[in-house]
Amino acid sequence: MVKGIVKYISQFVITLVGISFLTFCLTYLAPGDPAMMLLESGDRIVSQQELDEVRAELGLDKPFWVRYADWAINAAQGDLGMSYSAKIPVVDRMLESLPGTLMLAAASTILIILYAVPAGIISAINQNKKIDYILRSLSFVGVSMPTFWLGLILIYIFGLKLGLVPIASSKISFSGVILPATTMAVVVGSKYMRQVRLVILEEMQKDYVIGARSRGIAEWKILFGHILPNAFLPLITLLGVLVGYLLGGVTVIEMVFAWPGLGNMAVYAITMRDYPLVQGFVLWVAVGFMIINALVDVSYRLLDPRLKRGQQ
Amino acid sequence: MKDFIQKNKLFSLYSALMLLIIFIAIFAPHLAPGDAFNSNMADALKAPSSEHWFGTDKLGRDVLSRIVYGTQLSLFMGFTIVITMVLIGTIIGAVAGYFGGFIEVVLMRITDIVLSFPGIILAIAIAGILGGSIANTILSLTIVGWAKYARIVRSLTLKVRQEEFVTASIMMGASTWTILRRHIIPNIMPLIVTTGALDLGVMMIEVAGLSFLGFGAQPPTPEWGLMLNEGRQYLQLAPWLMIFPGASILIVVSIFNLWSDALRDVVDPKNEG
Repeated sequence: MVKGIVKYISQFVITLVGISFLTFCLTYLAPGDPAMMLLESGDRIVSQQELDEVRAELGLDKPFWVRYADWAINAAQGDLGMSYSAKIPVVDRMLESLPGTLMLAAASTILIILYAVPAGIISAINQNKKIDYILRSLSFVGVSMPTFWLGLILIYIFGLKLGLVPIASSKISFSGVILPATTMAVVVGSKYMRQVRLVILEEMQKDYVIGARSRGIAEWKILFGHILPNAFLPLITLLGVLVGYLLGGVTVIEMVFAWPGLGNMAVYAITMRDYPLVQGFVLWVAVGFMIINALVDVSYRLLDPRLKRGQQ
Repeated sequence: MKDFIQKNKLFSLYSALMLLIIFIAIFAPHLAPGDAFNSNMADALKAPSSEHWFGTDKLGRDVLSRIVYGTQLSLFMGFTIVITMVLIGTIIGAVAGYFGGFIEVVLMRITDIVLSFPGIILAIAIAGILGGSIANTILSLTIVGWAKYARIVRSLTLKVRQEEFVTASIMMGASTWTILRRHIIPNIMPLIVTTGALDLGVMMIEVAGLSFLGFGAQPPTPEWGLMLNEGRQYLQLAPWLMIFPGASILIVVSIFNLWSDALRDVVDPKNEG
């Protein structure tokens, strides 16, 4: 057990180092000199001396590996440098936008569960009947739908034509979160619905279900008493993966709806060539994704007695 | 041929639709009814009419013609990205799975690290920092996408390698290259092809998404995502600029997704759903 935990944590740390390294390397993709970029504002002419000073200050005169180590150590202490565009620490800038993204992600996740789980179950227990075909076709359209287009359509119908919701909200509001969360829920939820359907179908074909049925147990009792509890774990795992996808997917959606979250901040940061902020964002998403996956993994091990035995 | 169509009606139908899209892409210059490239301010922002079926954009270019030309880029990008990442992923996965040891540990660690990013974020960051262009879109989506294939191919290679016919080949003195080519590759092909086919639609959406954000194709390229971005400012005034390019993405991606689903059923009849 202890050995397993040590191995798990060491893998976690290796991946974390890899993630931070890749993130650090992102800056080196950029054409141009970061020191020059920091100094260049407007038309002012930059002297060589100034350039050297800023380079020394940023540590750009040091070798690559030293710079990475410095950056990683600072990052581990919560210091990701200064944002070029906002002129405040990257972490502070990100904390400003974090509530928006968390609210959108939470609202989307709730809508996804509300839509995908019942639809998936109904589709599965009515396999190959009319309602199954209808739900599957709808989910198919949802999966093939570009989120940004669906977002634009919803803005056009509910914002411009019907005037029911604000078109773009620069502040977090309940009415403002409805459209972006719905957009996410349709696309990501359709994917999840198909997975829910498959998991339930698989569970329904197991021997114990046939046994229960032959003993005359009511169909709804089998569903709620046996199938759903057994399908719970795989469904949670799949949802965990989708929430990670959600963290990434919100970038485009936040931009469409001008929602004040991290995704919108990141698009702006890339346009402004504000690399420390881009790095901060990528690191945040990757670490967030990793933590969600780790939590899912751990809960799986804790909740599934079969796996616990297998480990020891 | 006739038997095959009889047996696989859906797959044949979707294949025909897909060929139609490919046909449109190839013959775009002949099929486009109007001018897709030159601006004509007198015709700017005209609503759909018999002259311009899908209306015109802010520079007076014919939207239908731009959509027809957009098919070219969308298909080219989808196929190029998928083929590149499948090739890279397969080579890395097969090498890791076949040789094992230190090489495998290193390659699979790198794979895990790439997989631990939500793909599209890394692609947005890479494409955005490198600067928006078609080449950078291909590069960024490939950098992110190969890892999934490396993982699948590695686990399949490990499985095939333990089969008795492979052991027999090794004992008969077959070279590594021969074993990879004759045994490993043919055995992993079906799953790789079906997975790759499924990614065609995904990649087309992601390419359009990058362009929509401004980190992909640049004006005046007729690209669907870019057209949506340009149409965004005219949502109230000219909704056709938003409706038609988006509908094109949806239709083409749907056909590719249906086709890849049907392909999976043809290749692997056991797999239902």
